Amino acid sequence: MKLLAIDSSGMVASVAVVDEEKVLGEYTINNKKTHSQTLLPMIDEVVKMLELDLEEIDAIAISEGPGSFTGLRIGSATAKGIGLALNKKIVEVPTVEALAWNVWPTDSLICPLMDARRQQAYTGLFQRKNKADSKNANCDIEVIQKQCVVKIEEMIDQINEIGQEVIFLGDGVKTFKDYIEQNIKVPFMFAPVSMNEQRAASVACLGMKLLKEGKTCSASAHKPNYLRLSQAERERQQKVRDFKIC
Amino acid sequence: MEKEVKILAIESSCDETAAAVVVNGRNVRSNVISSQIDIHTLYGGVVPEIASRNHIERINQVIEQALKDADTTLDEIDAIGVTYGPGLVGALLVGVAEAKALAYAAKKPLLGVHHIEGHICANFIENKGLEPPFLCLVVSGGHTHLVKVLDYGKYEILGKTRDDAAGEAFDKVARAIGLGYPGGPKIEKVSHEGNPQSIDFPRAKIVDGEYDFSFSGLKSAVLNYLNGCKMKNIEINQADVAASFQCAVTDVLVDHVRNAIDEYKMDKFAIAGGVASNGNIREALRKLCQEKGVEFYHPSPIFCTDNAAMIGVAAYYEFINGKRDDLTLNAIPNLKLGER
Repeated sequence: MKLLAIDSSGMVASVAVVDEEKVLGEYTINNKKTHSQTLLPMIDEVVKMLELDLEEIDAIAISEGPGSFTGLRIGSATAKGIGLALNKKIVEVPTVEALAWNVWPTDSLICPLMDARRQQAYTGLFQRKNKADSKNANCDIEVIQKQCVVKIEEMIDQINEIGQEVIFLGDGVKTFKDYIEQNIKVPFMFAPVSMNEQRAASVACLGMKLLKEGKTCSASAHKPNYLRLSQAERERQQKVRDFKIC
Repeated sequence: MEKEVKILAIESSCDETAAAVVVNGRNVRSNVISSQIDIHTLYGGVVPEIASRNHIERINQVIEQALKDADTTLDEIDAIGVTYGPGLVGALLVGVAEAKALAYAAKKPLLGVHHIEGHICANFIENKGLEPPFLCLVVSGGHTHLVKVLDYGKYEILGKTRDDAAGEAFDKVARAIGLGYPGGPKIEKVSHEGNPQSIDFPRAKIVDGEYDFSFSGLKSAVLNYLNGCKMKNIEINQADVAASFQCAVTDVLVDHVRNAIDEYKMDKFAIAGGVASNGNIREALRKLCQEKGVEFYHPSPIFCTDNAAMIGVAAYYEFINGKRDDLTLNAIPNLKLGER
């Protein structure tokens, strides 16, 4: 089985092609150019280098969100367009969970952090399913806290309560570093830069697992998972609530 | 018989998700428009983020429907055209990314199309004999342009709005007099009951740009009038305000077109864009053309509103002119008319 994976949820644009045994190709760019300009040329480059016929892929794994609204849509529209043209299924991969796959293997808790603005983080909590002393060496990651959008305080409280060592990664580390250092009560680490940002190979690894579990959708049905309403919708809901209280 | 050129076109510049199949630039085989107007009405206008979210949810279905309605498949398509500006950047990006991915995966040529050029080209759909050169007035919620169409894909802008677009003024005035969104059709409807001469709103003239427009002064004049009435406790006649406002807009548009017809000796005139559906404006321009002995063209309302058929027409002429875009094509929210 072959998967084309795409992540354009953050600053990084990343594409990869993997099969069940290896990453055949991965291309990640972290530059000022917009995803709209880079993403498809990057796919084209990987496909050319691999002498791959896109018809050969079994599905497209897309980093579904959360993340930059516009970035997510560029990735989604790209996946939907290819899916429509070649009649391929889409595997929707939770972005925060895919980030956790960057740092396997470790027995520590893994806490990806993406800066969600408004003093919030897109985050979640993950841990390797089979500990190092287990006889089962297959990699799998357990979801302890599903990806969500919360205040950093809430996530740190949750980690302190669990009381285990934790690794932080993601573009949100920069934003929340000071708060973490001042408030965390467990041993902690920040992941090295090579593991720190979205990687399509990780999206593909998790995507392959979901694909085998049959978790796919049609290209038409796919849409990003923003985890957050638009500002206009939030304000309208607030107004409706205020009105009801009055 | 010459080979047919079949274009699949995609449009997502504002709040309409649209796709169409057009053959040889004049023959519309399908024209699917998924309007979000009901959603945006809740907010009193188009919310860019909500528009973008709806585009991504609907775009594949709309494209598939357009292919189905045209009884064709992506395989049989010769090229893919897409609006890449001007418009709301987030909304444009959905169509552009989708079109690029489709063109790439299906190995089809890609053509970025200017939204306003699309509106102008909407006139070619039902007027098979219309060919450049002609004079064209594009009036919509986002644009007000007076343009000389020199040839297919060649334009000379005579004037454009310095501030609000005509349609934008309609929306703002409609909101102020309590008609709500969308303003164009609502103002037109109540105007039938009003006296267009009852209030003398200003007709703006631009000193250093004979063919440029300005509608923000008119909008302010309406708001001032409403405020004045409120202060003096005078009851506002909604229909009179609407009719007088519409009359002021119409006068300005007719005036500009008359001067351009005289100066440039054009014998054909076309109107385009959402506001071109306004019956009052259309009839005033038709009358002017009759007076001047100028041929008058206008698209049906379905081709005046944002649609992809018009984009397919514009893409066809780009296609036969040899234009091709590559995978780096980006959305350009403030793309100028005639820019390549």
